[in-house]
Amino acid sequence: MNLWLILAVNSIALGGLLFLLASGFSLIFGLMRIPNLMHGSFFMLGAYLGVSFLRLGAGFWPAAILAGLALAGTGAVIERLLLRRLTGKPQAQVLLTLGMALIVADLCLMLWGGDPIEVQTPAGLTGVVPVFSVVFPTYRLVVVVIAVAIAVALWLMLERTRLGAMIRAGVDDPQMARVIGIRVSRLFSIVFSLGAGLAGLGGFIGGPILSVYPGLDQDMLPLALIIVILGGTGSLAGALVGSFVIGFLYNFGQALFPDLAYVILFVPLLAVLVIRPQGLLGKLAP
Amino acid sequence: MRITRRKALQSVVGAGIGASLGPLARPALAANKPIRIGLLTVLTGPLAEGGIQIRAGTELFLKQRNHTLAGRKVELIIQDTGGNPAGAKTKAQELVERDHVDMIFGPYAAFELLAINSYLIQHKMPTLSLAAADDLTSRTPNPYLVRASATSSQAMYPLADYAARELKVKTVDTIADDFAFGYEEVGGFQQVFDDDGGTIRKKLWSPLHTPDYTPYIAQIGAVDGVVIGLAGSNPVKFLQQYASLGMAGKHKLLGGETAADDALLKSFGDEAVGFISACPYSASYDGTQNKDFVAAYTKQTGAVPGLNAATFYLNGMVTEAALHATGGKTDDRAALVKAMRATSFKDSIRGPFHFDRFGNVVGNVFMRRIDKSGSGLVNTIIKVYPNVSQFWTFDVKKYLATPNYTRNGTPAKLAQNAAGAE
Repeated sequence: MNLWLILAVNSIALGGLLFLLASGFSLIFGLMRIPNLMHGSFFMLGAYLGVSFLRLGAGFWPAAILAGLALAGTGAVIERLLLRRLTGKPQAQVLLTLGMALIVADLCLMLWGGDPIEVQTPAGLTGVVPVFSVVFPTYRLVVVVIAVAIAVALWLMLERTRLGAMIRAGVDDPQMARVIGIRVSRLFSIVFSLGAGLAGLGGFIGGPILSVYPGLDQDMLPLALIIVILGGTGSLAGALVGSFVIGFLYNFGQALFPDLAYVILFVPLLAVLVIRPQGLLGKLAP
Repeated sequence: MRITRRKALQSVVGAGIGASLGPLARPALAANKPIRIGLLTVLTGPLAEGGIQIRAGTELFLKQRNHTLAGRKVELIIQDTGGNPAGAKTKAQELVERDHVDMIFGPYAAFELLAINSYLIQHKMPTLSLAAADDLTSRTPNPYLVRASATSSQAMYPLADYAARELKVKTVDTIADDFAFGYEEVGGFQQVFDDDGGTIRKKLWSPLHTPDYTPYIAQIGAVDGVVIGLAGSNPVKFLQQYASLGMAGKHKLLGGETAADDALLKSFGDEAVGFISACPYSASYDGTQNKDFVAAYTKQTGAVPGLNAATFYLNGMVTEAALHATGGKTDDRAALVKAMRATSFKDSIRGPFHFDRFGNVVGNVFMRRIDKSGSGLVNTIIKVYPNVSQFWTFDVKKYLATPNYTRNGTPAKLAQNAAGAE
């Protein structure tokens, strides 16, 4: 049946987009031990900045990369200037990210106005491709490819590089990592910047699907939270699995149980929290 | 944007100073103290765009009248509710108890008005709102409410009539925001569409915050039309995703007053061409007053006015006419509301209109189709239904005795008095 096929393909596409949002969130959560409540803001700000780059004449993909870099810079600045001062005070850090989220939301409203902005799908990807017996937008499939590429790159970085080894050490046991001479505070900057950049990139790449509007940040943040808690904090594979689980739940849940649209995403979360509090692929906190 | 924000702040600060002087200064100035209008709108958060349009429409009207109505100076006190019921309650209390306003313009959203409705009644506060909750001017009326826009279902009756009789649409699926406004829009459509021989096959309800409509779009079946009861930025998202799934042209798209608002046109892409919607206001209405209004508004804001801005401009007109009738007096609140509800206009930016005994407007509803115009889009008026009341052509007594439209219920049968609009 066509409906189920469309839902299945869309689940994968949405999962890919969600991974761009959640991977950085997961790394930040895992290493710094704080839920970054401005992660949705990074996503939205990246989308808005990308729109501005487009308007200034940049192509779609250059605009996407610029948006990602701009957000990576923003993330680094916020970490160095604000979060760093509150090291060791997780509650204060969480409050700070919440406050920054509100500031970013109103800043975007002032700079870009409140009208929703449609991001045009890049030329050449506007069509549809046949998938088995249904047609599916080409662009969404491209998003999946990008997400997979980024997942592979992140995995290689974490598993095969010295930096990755240091991050893993920091996630597993930050005190021990410090003892053996890893500058964990510098890792914080790098990871926060990387996470912000990925979210910004995801925000703009998501533009042709979601469009850009005030409130996009608040729509995305809970999804990131659910995915990361479901998959396990600090676990890249967990974020990947969580993204696709949520992609499927979102699509099939809303079609099968329309009256439960609000709770459908939280039911498996509750189940996981009861049975495996550390998340599907998370490790128990040391 | 930055300047207007500052202006809003100034007026709020100014209001604070005025209020602190209030008790001392008032007796001396009582003879000709200014009329105070409290504007409850939304300037921050996801609903801000509509709220900013509301402020622009109000300010434009007052500027054109040189801040003087019926010989009295008018002071506008702007409050930002943040678009939530708690904020609306706090700000309404400030306006009523601290600023001693004579009337309230706003609030914007239905859930805001519902949160302060009993408070406003208790304080006998004349309220000119856009919030569309049906019951407040029918089954559980607020005696101090004046609504110059429409109830949620009001524009849906002619839309259903037009769809069934002129477009010959037989079957539709509906998609609407999963809250009262959506239920009332779809219920209103169904009420008339069923009578006219049409069938709603499937009702889809999407949460207000739905990032991806694909699961809903995939459920739309082989029907003639899709009725879209979405508000805010949701119609933009929905149509973009609908088109990207290769659905463009498969159904007649029919929308309520918020789905294709003139102010949204600059956000839509070409996929919106052909979208037919019903709205109690249209920027392309060619009355003289409206042409002047659109020109002045566009000059002031750089954007085309939609229903939000237009309604608050109309609220200004209603207030002015009522003040002329009361000789500029605002002390007797009941008399002021009575005068507002008694106003009647041979022409306005939405054409002729008057109010029913519940304070809800009776006037034009425009059927519009989105067409391409140069590099942008425009709503072309394809039919005008005159004198549309919130009761359509139903028997009012019967209407008041039946329950309001709900999420899953089928509306009770209400015989229409005559075929179509009169």
